[in-house]
Amino acid sequence: MRYTRGAWCFVAPALLVIGVFFFLPVLAAVAISFTDFDIYALADLRNLRFVGLSNYFTLLASPPFWHALGNTLYFVAVGVPLSIAVSLGAALLLHSRLAWFRSFFRTALFAPVVTTLVAVAVIWRYLFNTHYGLLNYLLGAIGVPRIDWLGDPHWAMPAIIVFAVWKNFGYNMIILLAGLQSIPEELYEAARLDGASAWRQFRFITVPMLAPLLMMVGILTVAGYFQLFAEPYVMTQGGPLQSTVSVLYFMYEEGFKWWNLGSASAVAFLLFLLIFAVTALQLRRGPPLLAR
Amino acid sequence: MKRRSSALVVNGLLLGGSVAAVFPLLWMVSVSLMAPGEASAFPPPILPSRPTAANYEELFAHAGMGRYLVNSVFLTAAITVLSLILNVAAGYAFAKLKFAGRERIFKLLLGALVIPAQVAMVPLFLLLKTMGLVNSYAGVIVPAMAGIFGVFLVRQYALSIPDELLEAARIDGASELRIFRSVVAPVLAPIIVTLAVFTLLGTWNDFMWPLIVLSDSDLYTLPVALAGLSREHVQDNELMMAGSVVTTLPVLIVFLTLQRYYMQGLIVGAIKG
Repeated sequence: MRYTRGAWCFVAPALLVIGVFFFLPVLAAVAISFTDFDIYALADLRNLRFVGLSNYFTLLASPPFWHALGNTLYFVAVGVPLSIAVSLGAALLLHSRLAWFRSFFRTALFAPVVTTLVAVAVIWRYLFNTHYGLLNYLLGAIGVPRIDWLGDPHWAMPAIIVFAVWKNFGYNMIILLAGLQSIPEELYEAARLDGASAWRQFRFITVPMLAPLLMMVGILTVAGYFQLFAEPYVMTQGGPLQSTVSVLYFMYEEGFKWWNLGSASAVAFLLFLLIFAVTALQLRRGPPLLAR
Repeated sequence: MKRRSSALVVNGLLLGGSVAAVFPLLWMVSVSLMAPGEASAFPPPILPSRPTAANYEELFAHAGMGRYLVNSVFLTAAITVLSLILNVAAGYAFAKLKFAGRERIFKLLLGALVIPAQVAMVPLFLLLKTMGLVNSYAGVIVPAMAGIFGVFLVRQYALSIPDELLEAARIDGASELRIFRSVVAPVLAPIIVTLAVFTLLGTWNDFMWPLIVLSDSDLYTLPVALAGLSREHVQDNELMMAGSVVTTLPVLIVFLTLQRYYMQGLIVGAIKG
C-alpha cells in the first residue's frame, strides 16, 4: 500500500488531543483508583500511597454508594422503557398517514431535546412546586391531592423520571421515525390484503422490522441514563433523604467536594463496568444489530 | 366516517404531545416577564398581568448575567471552530488518505466510543491542574478541541468522495492541503454544518465539566451560573425563569434556523453508524 504524503498532518492534531485528553486520563483513572489520592496528595504528591483494591472494597461496603447505585438503577429501569415507549408512540403518530402539519409537530415534539438541561430543570422545579406548581394544579382539577414532588423521598425520583422523559424522548423519536419510514410500504399493503388488523400489522411487521433499531436506541439510552447528574444537581441536590443521589452525583461529591480523587476514580470506573456489562447483556439477549 | 375519527384521534394526540413539549418553554418566557412574586400564587398565572423586563434588568445589572453570556458565547465559538478544523481534517484522512496503522487506530477510536467521558474526569482535572489550565478558559477549550464522535461522523460522510476526484487534483500538482481546502471542504460542506450545529449545541449546554474545571465565578458559563443562582434564589421564580430564557433561548434559535442539518446529522450518526 502506498501511503499518502503528509497524511499524518491531517490526523495528528486530532489524535494528539484525543490521546492526551481522553485516552491518557482513562488509563490514569484506573491507576488513580488504586491509590488513596486525596486533598493531601493534591497538595503534595509524596502523600500518595498505593492501596490496591482498597477503594473498591470500601465502596462496596459503603451504604451511601449502594444507595446511589440503587437510585440510578431505579432511574434506568423505569426511565428507559418509559422514554422509549413515548418515543415510539410519538414516532408512530408522526408516521401515520392521517397526521396533519407533520413537520410542525415534529419540531415541537423535538424542541425539549435541544434546550439547555440546567435551564429546563429550573423550569420543571417550578412546575413541580407543591404549593403553586402547575402540575399539582392540573392534578387537583381531577381530584388528586397535592403531592410534594421534590420534597417527598418517594416522589422525587419519579418526578425526575417524568422530567427526563420530557427532555429526551424527542431524540429517539427522530431515529425511530427514520426507521419507520424505511419499512417498505408493500409489506403493509400485503398484510391489509390478507385482512390483518392495525394491531397485527404493528405486531408482526412494524416491531420485527424496527427491532434492530429499537435495540440500538435501547443501548444508547441505557448508557445515557446511567450518566444521570445535572437533573438531581439542579432540582433536588440529591435529596430528599439522598433519594436522588445518582452514581455520578456521588462521584462528583466524592471527588470534587471532598477531594477523595482515588475513591471518585473507582466510582467512575465501576459505573463504566456496569454500563459495559448491561450493554453486553442487551446485545446477547436481543436481536442482532443492524447488518453493517 | 371511521377514518375521520381516527384522524381526529391521531392529530389530537399529536397536538396534546406538542403542547406538553412546548408549553413549559412558552410559560418560561411568560413567567420571566412577571413582576417579582406574581408567579408564587395559586392557581399559577399563565400570563403576566403587566409585563415587565425587571427580572432581566436585575439579572444583567446585579447577577453578572452579561458576563456569563459572554463567557458562554466565547467558549462555544472557540470550541466549535477549533474542533471542526481538527475533526474534519482527521475524519477526511481516515476515509481517504492512506497512512500506517489507519485501520487499527480507527478501530481503537470506535471501541473507545463506549467509554463515558466521566471516567476521564478526575485524571483530566489533575492533568490540567499540572498544566496550570484549571480555572481558565483553556481548561474548557483544550480537552474539547477534538472528539471521537466528530471524527467518526465526518469519516462516514467522506467515504463517499470518489477517489478519482482526488487523483485528478493530485495529477494537476495540487498539494494535499490545497486539495483539502478547495476540493474536499466544499464536498463535505453539509456534514461540516451538521457537525458545527451539534458541537455548538453540545458545548453551550454542557454542564458537568465546566462546573468542575471553572471555580472562579467570573469564568462561569450560563448553565453553571444558572445552577448556582437557582440554589440561592429558590423562591424567586420570575428571576429564575428570566435566567432560563437567557440560557436556553440562543440554542433554541440556532436549532430552529438550522434544524434540517441537525436532524440529518442525528439520523446519519445513529443509523449509518
